[in-house]
Parts: sequence; C-alpha cells; structure tokens
Amino acid sequence: MSVILKVKNISIDYNNIPALKDLSFEVKGGAYVGLAGPNGAGKTSLVKAILGLTSLNSGEIELFGQPLSSFSQWEKIAYLPQKHQYNQLFPASVLEVVLSGLAGLSKQPKKESHARARLLLNNLEIGAEENKLFSRLSGGQQQRVLLARALIRQPELLILDEPTTALDPLVREKFFKILNKINKEQGTAIIMVTHDTSDIGRYAESLLYLDRSLIFYGLFSDFCDSKEMKDYFGDFSQHLICHQHDH
Amino acid sequence: MTINFMELLNFFNYDFLIRALLAGSMLAILAGVLGVFLVLRKLSLIGDGLSHVSFGAVALGLLLGIYPFYVSLPITAIAAFLIFRLSERSKFYGDAAIGIVSSVGIAGGVIIASLAQGFNVDLFSYLFGSLLAISWNELYFLLVLTIVSLGFIVYYYRPLFALAFDEMAAKALGVKVKFLNTVLLLLTALTVAAAVKAVGVMLVSALLILPAASALQLSKNFKVTLFSAAAWALLSVLIGLACSLSFNLPTGASIVMASFFIFIFNYFLARWR
Repeated sequence: MSVILKVKNISIDYNNIPALKDLSFEVKGGAYVGLAGPNGAGKTSLVKAILGLTSLNSGEIELFGQPLSSFSQWEKIAYLPQKHQYNQLFPASVLEVVLSGLAGLSKQPKKESHARARLLLNNLEIGAEENKLFSRLSGGQQQRVLLARALIRQPELLILDEPTTALDPLVREKFFKILNKINKEQGTAIIMVTHDTSDIGRYAESLLYLDRSLIFYGLFSDFCDSKEMKDYFGDFSQHLICHQHDH
Repeated sequence: MTINFMELLNFFNYDFLIRALLAGSMLAILAGVLGVFLVLRKLSLIGDGLSHVSFGAVALGLLLGIYPFYVSLPITAIAAFLIFRLSERSKFYGDAAIGIVSSVGIAGGVIIASLAQGFNVDLFSYLFGSLLAISWNELYFLLVLTIVSLGFIVYYYRPLFALAFDEMAAKALGVKVKFLNTVLLLLTALTVAAAVKAVGVMLVSALLILPAASALQLSKNFKVTLFSAAAWALLSVLIGLACSLSFNLPTGASIVMASFFIFIFNYFLARWR
C-alpha cells in the first residue's frame, strides 16, 4: 500500500504556545490508526492541520502524494468532527444532512446521490429516519447520520475526531464495528482521534500517541511493551492503559 | 373598515402601484430567502446594522446631490464587507462588529444632516420608506438582484446548506466558505439598500427576520423552509400593501405588521401541532 499521508516535521503555535512540536509520521492506504494522547496533546490541532484548517508554523504535509497547499482531491477525504451541540432550530432533514457531504464536490446526478444516501442510511440502520429532523434524533443516531455524511463521499481516508464521546457503551460498540467493517471491506484508511486507548485498541492496528510531540507510533501490539511507553508513563500507568487490550 | 377589492383592482391602473407591487414581491422573495441564512447563522441583526449604514449613505447622497440609492448601494456593500472582516480577523464577536458599523452609520447620517440643513425632510422620509415611491430604475435593479441572488442560491445550494449547518465541517469538505460568506453578505447588503427606500431604515430588519422566523416554526426540511419564508414574505407584502391602500396607512409599517401576525399564526400553529 502506498503512503497517503506524510507529515514532515510540523510545528504549530497558538499565540506563542506550542500545540505541536516537530511531528513526523506516515500513514499508508487502508490503515486504521488510533490517534491518542492526553487533553491538550494537540490531537485536534493535528487533524485540523491535515485538513488544511489551521496553518503550520513549520514543516510540511502531503496528502496522496501532493503538498497540502496545492491539494485538490478533497473527495478522497472525509471528516467526522467532534460531537457538538447542533442548532436545535435548524430545519435540516436527515437526508439533507447526508447529502451535504457532497458539498464542495462536482455536481452529481440527483437520482444517484439520493440512492447512495439512502443505501448508507439503511446500512447504518437509520433508513426509516430519512425525513425526520436531524435535531430530533438521539445522540447515537446523529453520529450515524454524520458518519453517513462522511461516507457518501466514498473517501479513501476517513478522519474522525472523538466520534464516540457522549455515546452510551452499546451504541459506541456498534459504531466501532461499523468503522471496522468500512476499513476491512472497503479498504478505507481511518485515523481516529480518541483519548481512550482501551476502546480504539480493539480495532485499530496502529497507534499514534501524542503529547505535543510524538511519543509512540507503531503497531498496537507493540504499544504496551515499547520503551517509549515505559519512559513516558512509567510501569504503573502502563498497566492502567494496557490491561484491557485484546492484542 | 373593510377592504373593497374592486377599488383595489382599480388601483392597478396606476403605474406607481404596479411598480410597488412588483418591487414589494421581489423584495419579499429576496429578504425571505436571505433571511433564513441570516437567522440560522445568528446574524439576524445584520439587517439592522446595514440599514443604519444605508441611512448615513442616503444623507451623504442628499448632501452631494447624487440620487441617494446610488450612494447607498456601494457604501452598504462596503459596510457588509467590513463587518465580515472585523468578525473574521479581529478579536470580535459578529454582533459587536455589526454594532460598531451600525452606530457609525447612524452617527454619520445625523452629523451630515445637521451640517447640511435643508434636506432633513427628504432624509427622514427614508426612516419609514415608501414602497409607492419606487422608481423604474430601482425596479430594474431589484429584478437583476433577484435573478442573481436566486441563481446563486440554486447553484450553490448544497455548499450553502453545508455552511449554514456546520461551518467547520463545510471547510473540511472543501467548501469555499470565504467566497460564499462574502457573496451572501454582499447580496444581503444590496437587498437592504434597496429595501430602505421601500420600507425604511427602521423596518428593514423585520423584513429579513420575520418571514424566516415564521418559516422556521413548521418546516421539516431546509428546502421547504426557504420556499415558505419567501411565500410568507410575499403574503405579508400583499396584505400590507392592500391594507395600506384601503385604510391609508403607511406601507412599510403595514407590511411589517402583516408579517408579524403571520409569525404569530405560525408560532401558535407549531405549538398546537
């Protein structure tokens, strides 16, 4: 598999406070990477940088072999943002929200795009809600609608920022299984931000652990026994973080 | 007091009434549709701010002896751009930027009026406007503005929806957020500049807010909201104009009151359902 994301020595400061320092890593096509770290570690900053939503102080990012500054194939990338409170008054139907995932792409035939949106909603088990107001759905249903909005682009890289926060354990488990299926069956590469390594560890094959700079990047199975891990957490913390993993 | 419909029909033998009806209808559609975007993005007061700027621009036009509408158009557009830049770049909230530009507009108008005494009557007629005084040139401008605005909204419908729903996600989808925001504000500014002549500085924002607020009470999706906001705005213009002619009431205020009663109707209907 070829490299689809190359991050080279990037640093980001906000008002002279460093959010990321000299970070470098690569992600290959079809990979499933968990992006973890404590609060304020720079996870969301990194995601924003990859999506071109925040400027870099130094370093470079390449997407699908192109520098970010001249990258134009946004249809290859989809993003599920951190869950936030949507405007309760916004009169958007579920189908409209899913179809908005095609915004920014060249126009597609209405019949085709509607059919694809309905198929996704059915696959995510919310097909019956397509004409309901998005604001009337439960938190778990809203997240599935937003996932459908991301997937309607048929992306090669799906970036999710703490998508399961505020979801109950059962819904969370279901959500992870859906993502796993997308990764395995469609070969979509996934980068998922989380601060819960025990959850992501059951699905993601690699982990990138961040605390403003890179602490660990490698196979999840190597994470708990890695030297970097021991240096950073100490033995006791290592036990706390790793004891739930199936790897 | 009753509305005599035969008498109303006779009014349409007059040129100025046909102009008023056409201009009112176009303004209604424009304000209704643009208002939905403004209300949903919590920019409802931008109409108020821009109309105040328009007041200052009208005063400047009267002072320079230039037809106020032609001065008002570019100045209101520049003010919209300023509001956008202020709220985007500086450490400002959007409503603070609107407040600053708005008060500078009014202050400028009052200073100009006090320096150049003699046109106060003309200037103050713009406070409450007159739909019946719309000229052919203003009507042609409105026609072009309506076609361009609706064309823009239809062509960029999906990106505009994405932007209104979730600006951050829209950016990540590759939507040209800055371009769309700028054009939306520019169209709003031009609509406000045109509407000031029709309904007056004091009532422009009602034309932008009330139909959108009415449509939001019952709508089940975004497309229907846009259509119903335009329809409610159109209905309020027709009712307002009819009441104004029948009972010799000020046109702008009658339109706003009609719009308000439509909102009340929708509000209670939504709660009853």
